[in-house]
Amino acid sequence: MNVQSKPSKFITGATGDWEVVIGMEVHAQVSSKSKLFSGASTAFGGAPNSHVSLVDAAMPGMLPVINAECVNQAVRTGLGLNARINLRSVFDRKNYFYPDLPQGYQISQYKQPVVGEGVVVVDLPDGEAVSIGIERLHLEQDAGKSVHDKHPQMSAVDLNRSGVALMEIVSKPDLRSSEEAKAFLAKLRSIMRYLGTCDGNMEEGSLRADVNVSVRKPGEPLGTRCEIKNVNSLRFIGQAIEHEARRQIDIIEDGGVIVQETRLFDPTKGETRSMRSKEEAHDYRYFPDPDLLPLELTAEAVEALKAKLPELPDEKKARFVRDFGLSSYDAGQLVAERETADYYETVVKGRDAKLAANWVINELFGRLNKEGKTIATSPMSAQQLGGLIALISDKTISGKIAKDLFEILWTEGGEPRALVESRGMAQVTDLGAIGSIVDDLIAQNPDKVAQAKANPKAMMWFVGQVMKSSGGKASPQAVNDLLKSKLGV
Amino acid sequence: MTELTSLTLADARDRLRSKDISAVELASAHVDAVAKARALNAFVLETPEQALTMAKASDARIAKGEAGPLEGIPLAIKDLFATEGVRTTACSKILGDFVPAYESTVSSQLWRDGAVLLGKTNNDEFAMGSSNETSHFGAVQSPWRREGSNTPLVPGGSSGGSAAAVAAQLCLGATATDTGGSIRQPAAFTGTVGIKPTYGRCSRWGIVAFASSLDQAGPITKTVRDAAIMLRSMAGPDAKDTTCADIAVPDYEASVGKSVKGLRIGIPKEYRLDGMPFEIEKIWTQGCDWLKAAGAELVDVSLPHTKYALPAYYIVAPAEASSNLARYDGVRYGLRVPGRDITDMYEKTRAEGFGAEVRRRVMIGTYVLSAGYYDAYYLRAQKVRTLIKRDFEQCFAQGVHAMLTPATPSASFGIGEKGGADPVEMYLNDVFTVTVNMAGLPGIAVPAGTDAQGLPLGLQLIGRPFDEETLFALGSAIEREAGHFVAKPWW
Repeated sequence: MNVQSKPSKFITGATGDWEVVIGMEVHAQVSSKSKLFSGASTAFGGAPNSHVSLVDAAMPGMLPVINAECVNQAVRTGLGLNARINLRSVFDRKNYFYPDLPQGYQISQYKQPVVGEGVVVVDLPDGEAVSIGIERLHLEQDAGKSVHDKHPQMSAVDLNRSGVALMEIVSKPDLRSSEEAKAFLAKLRSIMRYLGTCDGNMEEGSLRADVNVSVRKPGEPLGTRCEIKNVNSLRFIGQAIEHEARRQIDIIEDGGVIVQETRLFDPTKGETRSMRSKEEAHDYRYFPDPDLLPLELTAEAVEALKAKLPELPDEKKARFVRDFGLSSYDAGQLVAERETADYYETVVKGRDAKLAANWVINELFGRLNKEGKTIATSPMSAQQLGGLIALISDKTISGKIAKDLFEILWTEGGEPRALVESRGMAQVTDLGAIGSIVDDLIAQNPDKVAQAKANPKAMMWFVGQVMKSSGGKASPQAVNDLLKSKLGV
Repeated sequence: MTELTSLTLADARDRLRSKDISAVELASAHVDAVAKARALNAFVLETPEQALTMAKASDARIAKGEAGPLEGIPLAIKDLFATEGVRTTACSKILGDFVPAYESTVSSQLWRDGAVLLGKTNNDEFAMGSSNETSHFGAVQSPWRREGSNTPLVPGGSSGGSAAAVAAQLCLGATATDTGGSIRQPAAFTGTVGIKPTYGRCSRWGIVAFASSLDQAGPITKTVRDAAIMLRSMAGPDAKDTTCADIAVPDYEASVGKSVKGLRIGIPKEYRLDGMPFEIEKIWTQGCDWLKAAGAELVDVSLPHTKYALPAYYIVAPAEASSNLARYDGVRYGLRVPGRDITDMYEKTRAEGFGAEVRRRVMIGTYVLSAGYYDAYYLRAQKVRTLIKRDFEQCFAQGVHAMLTPATPSASFGIGEKGGADPVEMYLNDVFTVTVNMAGLPGIAVPAGTDAQGLPLGLQLIGRPFDEETLFALGSAIEREAGHFVAKPWW
């Protein structure tokens, strides 16, 4: 709460600097085969109302029964957030009427959530790492979906999502910029995908965020916050925060006050608008659900889950830095997705780690991004890229030729070493062949020779010429050595 | 054929097994009796064809020597239990003609054991009432009348239809539910036996919920033995109800007639109310004497928080009800009254679909759970509940095996006589029974005598958690002395 941000994160208003304070409530759909309190399927995209049990439709006399797998997933997530696991938690009813809420209440955890305080370390693009506090994580039911465009006067309801398990993860108001907020959500997503507890698919709504935004003059107490509902992409989160902070600053600087309210982000206009004020807020009449016993976990069961956790991004990153000598930033990029980290680990096996990291991050990621592909749909396998790097390391090909080879592998496929041989791409290290080129150049360009002798950097002209005449296949190292000896520099 | 309807469940079972009578004969006799007793309004739906089909199947199983524990026994089912393919309304207009696609766990276990469905019985709307007068299908008339009077009396509630059907010999037993006394009070009013088992003994799955932490199913029957037989089939673990106990069900019938010698029976002094009718005092004393004569030891005990039970109950039960009844919103099933928009539709549907008592309790429940009132009402009531439970635990810890109290503070009363001006007058009916629900304990009401006008009066025995067996032993000891009470047909 008293985290002071760097002045570089301040927003400048007419009256000086402002600090934006952000807290997030993230709704993550639990990866599970069946719903939180019923046996109905959680599969996405079924025909409307095809994944609905009697419990989900709130038929008279139906009772919820907790799905143990969903609880385990919440505990795993809690452990991944370095959070306290509450061995006793309670399910409450949050009462309100809505057509896509069949029971007339959502079963949620209000006062006693399954997971308590934790912390997530978030890496920022400038290399800074910030620790963001986790307030809590609780389990709750998702609602169904109201469809308003099927009939001129009526709305239709699809209950397929009704009762699907969600984890609500609440951060402390520790975020200080839209960049931090985006990085925080990306990190949460990464952790949950590593754990297999949420697929993190924002397009399908598996991951949604409500963002609480307030502004203050640096060093002053927290300002009044507004909650922006259901922002469903990283880009929109950034836009929504930027817009909301600016809106609040403008109001205050114009002598107004911020009214606590819930706002909606409009992605087409890039702005937020009022949804309901605090006075209009529902009275949810929370009380413990009498149909469910308190959720009791044993310390042994939690330990057993902990023992089986996979290596998480932070640990993997530390290992990459330690074992592969990578920079923190490069390692962070490689571990963001488990698939990418696995890819890299295959590429790097027995090869130069930094070279491998550069190729994965710069060439592979760049190409994937450009073509809208992911590591899973990459046309180039880790084995192929690894083979290419081996050819660079053993000086069979130069870095420049390697880029040509990358292109061939990407578009045509094949085995790197075989390709280099069949297409004559191996670099020329034969000193005799290079030597005659060098001798010719020295004889024809006495002025350049003089320059190079006066300033060794001018030798680069010769290097370029040799490479050009050899079709790029001359070994740069061999060319350098030869030039140095022949020019006597 | 009338003699078949005067059989007890146990006798009928034995005669069916010895093929002395057939299930079809037995079902027909009861189907006829039900049809002739429509003046009672005990049934809201009769299922004669289903009864005969089921009875035929029972006869076939009996012939093959595959009879279940309740084979061929005609039963009535309270309209709160979902019955697959058979209209289930909780006697509320809001459920309209709702026909469930599922069978409640309790009733499915009765069918598993061979019982035959006669129909669905009347009850107070959503089980909210103590006289069966709040039913959307109208009041039930008790088979009992005061001597020399034609004044229609209430059978008690909320399981009024079930109690009246058993007392009028329209069925050999009926299912019922008890949230604050809804099995025991009507049993006491109609001279029948009703047991509310320990909370968690019977599954609540498929029973229309009133107050989830208090609701419990149980039987209403002619005798203690019949109740023991029926409860054994109704009870048992159910993975579909988290609050249902994973405890094996004993052979309750074996406890009937068992010696009560040496049992310590607590007599709670707080149940002696000011202004309690002399006749209630009298049967209570009588009950004490009977148990003492049977070898039980009587001890005075104190349950100091008893006086807070009723007020606390009328916070907890409406609170849970207000939430449980939110699903009746006109969106998916039951009544829908069109409105300008969704909120208007909700308001019109619920205003028209719920009766006055249900609306009152939904409003009370909504109020006590509201922000700013929760701590003062709901949370406090839950604390009181803990204290009530502790009162009982302390007595049981001192070696008390069960308690004996009156079941009700009065005999049955006339239809329209109570609660018209002040609902609390009606609520006071449950003063002896709500404590048992609040503490989650088993309680049985057994007929013990009549008042000066010839109306039945009952005694209540309260047991330790999951010790229904002791209640059957003690109940049968009282029954042996008190005898049976049969209403003279006027219908």
